[in-house]
Amino acid sequence: MPLESAPVLEARALVKRYGALAALDSVSLAIHPGRVAVILGPSGSGKSTLLRCLNFLVRPESGEVLLDGVLSDLDQARALDAHRARVGMVFQQFNLFPHLRVWENVALAPRVVRRLAPAAARALAERHLNRVGLAAKVEAFPGELSGGQQQRAAIARALAMEPAVLLCDEPTSALDPELTGEVLAVLRQLAAEHVTMVVVTHDVAFARAAAHEVVFMDAGRIVEQGPPERVIDAPVTERARRFFSREAAD
Amino acid sequence: MIGPDSELAPDQPSLLARAPWWLLALALVSVLLGWRIATNELWRDIAARLASGLGITLLVTAVAFPLALALGLASALALVSPHPLRRQVATLYVQVVRGLPVLVQIFLVAFVLVPLGVEAVRALGSLLAPLLGVEKTLAGLRATDVPMVARVVAALAFAYGAFEAETLRGGLTSLARGQAEAARALGLSRSQSLRHVLLPQTFRRVLPTLGNDLICLLKDSALVSVLGVRDITQEARLYQSATFRYAESLVLLAFFYLALTLLVALAVRVLENRLRRHAA
Repeated sequence: MPLESAPVLEARALVKRYGALAALDSVSLAIHPGRVAVILGPSGSGKSTLLRCLNFLVRPESGEVLLDGVLSDLDQARALDAHRARVGMVFQQFNLFPHLRVWENVALAPRVVRRLAPAAARALAERHLNRVGLAAKVEAFPGELSGGQQQRAAIARALAMEPAVLLCDEPTSALDPELTGEVLAVLRQLAAEHVTMVVVTHDVAFARAAAHEVVFMDAGRIVEQGPPERVIDAPVTERARRFFSREAAD
Repeated sequence: MIGPDSELAPDQPSLLARAPWWLLALALVSVLLGWRIATNELWRDIAARLASGLGITLLVTAVAFPLALALGLASALALVSPHPLRRQVATLYVQVVRGLPVLVQIFLVAFVLVPLGVEAVRALGSLLAPLLGVEKTLAGLRATDVPMVARVVAALAFAYGAFEAETLRGGLTSLARGQAEAARALGLSRSQSLRHVLLPQTFRRVLPTLGNDLICLLKDSALVSVLGVRDITQEARLYQSATFRYAESLVLLAFFYLALTLLVALAVRVLENRLRRHAA
């Protein structure tokens, strides 16, 4: 595995506090191109906060984030927008725009941010909706889709910006159990297509199947990090051992 | 969709119960009044007299409402702005204007603010005239050059702008937080998010309230009569002072307002139904 390649996205010593609680306690993480990192850990361990700091939806108190080796300047609105345009995000609650048709949801940012011509933006949207198996739903409104379809449309929306890395924040947690499969299948397909991804999830089976690297977090710190068979099946720390033995028992 | 006629209703009421009886009752009254106007010369004269003020009533409403919306939108954006100064100025405007009776505001604008403004423009004009090489262009301006109808439109726009500001701010903050996050996460700037994602949803959400405010503004346009502007109310008052025929002219005046407000209400409802299927 080409671990020597330069990271596309790198977090250095991120700190985020909510009052007395240290949501992130100096977290550093490097994401390499074409690889899938899955972040696991108990609720409140800082997984989502880390993801949100990577595209600055949450402002870290200190630390820095580098995109393609270039430091992103938090204090410049334009630099921030440019950073986010290159870092895709998929949310737990999908957050599709309910007043726009599915294809318009996907075409909006390419048209407004990348300034594609309307016809080109629409073609791009249809291509990415086709990629997630929603070619038949381009004209629908989000409210007319199932949860799984909405999340796949949200994935297409993020992909249409052709991001350097795709962040997924618990992408299946809001779905009925029978709908998680279609979303996980799309994510596995993207992994096979070498889309760089960081996925926060509770789904250990998905981590085992799709991750190149598993990051285990607890209390705002990265406790263990490595290939899934090492971190999940042979954790070194007591904290990770307890977490994964409970997961296995479920 | 939760609404009075949603699937939540226990069972379908009978056709008789669902018929718009209120509208039928109003229609019956209009037919009777119409017949009266057609057959009675006195009623016909009063109706014609009131109709001559219709243009002013519609003009005041049609100009003041878009101005109020624009002012309200600017203030609402300032109210949710990250800049503290903008928030403070907008809050001051909303609290002051919302706390004064519209009638008092109309007097204030017409007899205090407009003369002061004209004075300021004249002072500026006499300062700038030598520089620009023009004379007497602005220096000759008098407060009487500003027509009363313009003062009233300004006052109503100012008064209703504060209400629209609160309505739009409420709509904006009622949107799910994830909408703004999703827009920003795609790389849209703050203003692009507002324009393409947040404001379109806000307008759909507050449309019934905006329609309500438009109806209130239409009714409050009657206040222009206190400045002698000849809208339908002023025409009715002039007619009354000449003839002492109060009952006929007041009934007809009320009927004119009702016809106008019902038209607005129906138009808003049609617009709402058209947008409804897209709302989540």
